[in-house]
Amino acid sequence: MAILDKHHVLEKNATLLLIFSFLVVTIGGIVEIAPLFYLENTIEKVEGVRPYTPLELTGRDIYIREGCYVCHSQMIRPMRDEVERYGHYSLAAESMYDHPFQWGSKRTGPDLARVGGRYSDAWHVEHLTNPQSVVPESVMPSYSYLSHVPLDSTYIEERLETDALVGVPYTSEMIATAKADFVSQANPDEDYDSLLEHYGEKVNVRNFDGQPGLTEMDALIAYLQVLGTMVDFSTFQPVASR
Amino acid sequence: MSKKPTKKEIQTTGHSWDGIEELNTPLPRWWLWTFYACIVWGVAYSIAMPAWPIFASGATPGLLGSSTRADVDKEIAKFAEMNKAIEEKLVATELTEISSDPELVTYVNNAGGAVFRTWCAQCHGSGAGGNKGFPSLIDSDWLHGGTIDQIYLDVQHGIRDPLDPDTNAAAQMPAHLDDELLEPAQIDEVVQYVRQISGQDADAELATAGAEVFAEWCVSCHGEDAKGMQEMGAPNLTDAIWLYGGDVDTLTTTIRHGRAGVMPSWSYGTTEGTSRLSEVQIRAVSAYVHSLGGGE
Repeated sequence: MAILDKHHVLEKNATLLLIFSFLVVTIGGIVEIAPLFYLENTIEKVEGVRPYTPLELTGRDIYIREGCYVCHSQMIRPMRDEVERYGHYSLAAESMYDHPFQWGSKRTGPDLARVGGRYSDAWHVEHLTNPQSVVPESVMPSYSYLSHVPLDSTYIEERLETDALVGVPYTSEMIATAKADFVSQANPDEDYDSLLEHYGEKVNVRNFDGQPGLTEMDALIAYLQVLGTMVDFSTFQPVASR
Repeated sequence: MSKKPTKKEIQTTGHSWDGIEELNTPLPRWWLWTFYACIVWGVAYSIAMPAWPIFASGATPGLLGSSTRADVDKEIAKFAEMNKAIEEKLVATELTEISSDPELVTYVNNAGGAVFRTWCAQCHGSGAGGNKGFPSLIDSDWLHGGTIDQIYLDVQHGIRDPLDPDTNAAAQMPAHLDDELLEPAQIDEVVQYVRQISGQDADAELATAGAEVFAEWCVSCHGEDAKGMQEMGAPNLTDAIWLYGGDVDTLTTTIRHGRAGVMPSWSYGTTEGTSRLSEVQIRAVSAYVHSLGGGE
C-alpha cells in the first residue's frame, strides 16, 4: 500500500516521528477524556454538596500532608459488601470540589468516604493519638503531635482563592470572611453566623479536639466529621443506567 | 541434523545495511488470528455493553443493559427478600419478647453481632469489653440503663449526639476548674473522698474535707449515696468500674476539665431522611447487646 511505503520517511526522521507519535497519543487522550466534559451524567445532580469550610479545607490539607490516602480510600464501590459496611456507594458529585480527589487505591485501613458522624470527636482524638488504645489490632501509627501544633489562618484566604481558581464556587464574600469562619468553627463561643450563612445550617460547629486553642487536630477532625455527610439522599434517585 | 533454509523459504524486506539483510518472517498464525479475534470481540463488546459517548445524556447503554448500580441494588434486594420473613417478625415482636423466641435469638446473635462488629466495635471493643471513655457492655453497670428498651433508644438516637434532636441529652460532667466552680485544693479533697468511697487508698484527712465538697457539688447527679443516676448519665462512684479511670491523676483530670462522652445517633444517619442503620439492624444489635451478659 502506498501509505505504508512512505513509512520509512517517519522512521528515518526522529523529529517527525516524535510529532506523529504525539498526535496519535493525543487522539487517544481526546477520545477518553473529552466525553466526560459533555456527558450530563458524569457528575450527577445532587442536593447538599457544598465547598469545604476553611477549617475543613485545612484539615483536608493535613490529611494529604500526612499521607492518609496511602492507607485509606474514599470510594465506596457499588458492591453489596461495601454498601453494607460503609454506607451508600460514593457519587462523583461528592468529590467534585476535591482538588485532587482522595479516592485512593489501597485499603490498609478502612474506607473513609462516609466516616463523618460515625464516631464521636473524642473517639477521633483518642484514635489519632493512640490508635491501639481503641482498636488493639490496628497497625495505624500515632498522630498525637497534631494536638500540639497550633493552626493559624495566615494564608487561608489565598488557600480558598486557589481552589476558586480551579472551579470551586467560593464567593468573594466567603473569601473575605475566611479568617473569621476558620476560627469560629472550632469555637462555639464565637460568632459563627457568617459560617452558617455561607456553608449551610448543617456545618459542624464544635471544639473538635476538646482542648482550648485551634490545633491541627481540630482541623483534621472537622474534615473527617463532614466526609460523606453532605448529599441529601432523601432527594436523590441514582440513575441505574450508569 | 538441521537443514539450512534456502533463500526461497525466508523472504527479506529488501533492506540491507552493509550487507546485513532484514528478514521478513511472517507472524505466527495463531497470534494473528488471536489479534483479529480481539478486534471483533472489542466491537461486539462495545455494542453489548455501555460504551459509546455519542449522546449528551450519557453513553450508549448497550444491548445487555448492564449496570453496576442496578446490579448492587438487585443483589441487596435479593438478600432483603431472603431475610424478609424473619425481619418482619423481629420488627413486629416486642423488644422484651425477643429473648424468649429461639428463632429470633439465633437471628439477633448473628445479624446483631455482625452489626456490632461493623459499627460498634471501634469504640466498645470487638468483645464489647469497652475502652477508656467508652463503656463496657458486658457487665451489669449501666450508665444510661440496661433494659432493652433503653438500649434500643440509645442506639437509635445516641448519647449527646449534637446532630440528633432526639438524642439522650444526659447531663455532662462540668469542668470544675476551667469554669471556676471549685478551687484546685477542693478538687484534691474530693478526689480523695471518691477514692475512699470506692474502696481505694485515700488520704483520710483530705477525704473528710472532700465529703463536704461532694455533698455540695456532686450529689445532684451522682446521688447522696454516690451510686450514680442513670437519667443523668452519672456513673456509680462506689464500685471498682471506671469509665475513664479511678487513679488520682485521671480523677483530677475528670473533675477539673469535665467529661461528656458522645455516642452517635444510628437512626439519624448521614443526612436527613436517611438512616445509618435500619430499624431491623437497630433492633437486632440492641437485642444482641442486651444478651451479652449485663442486660437488665
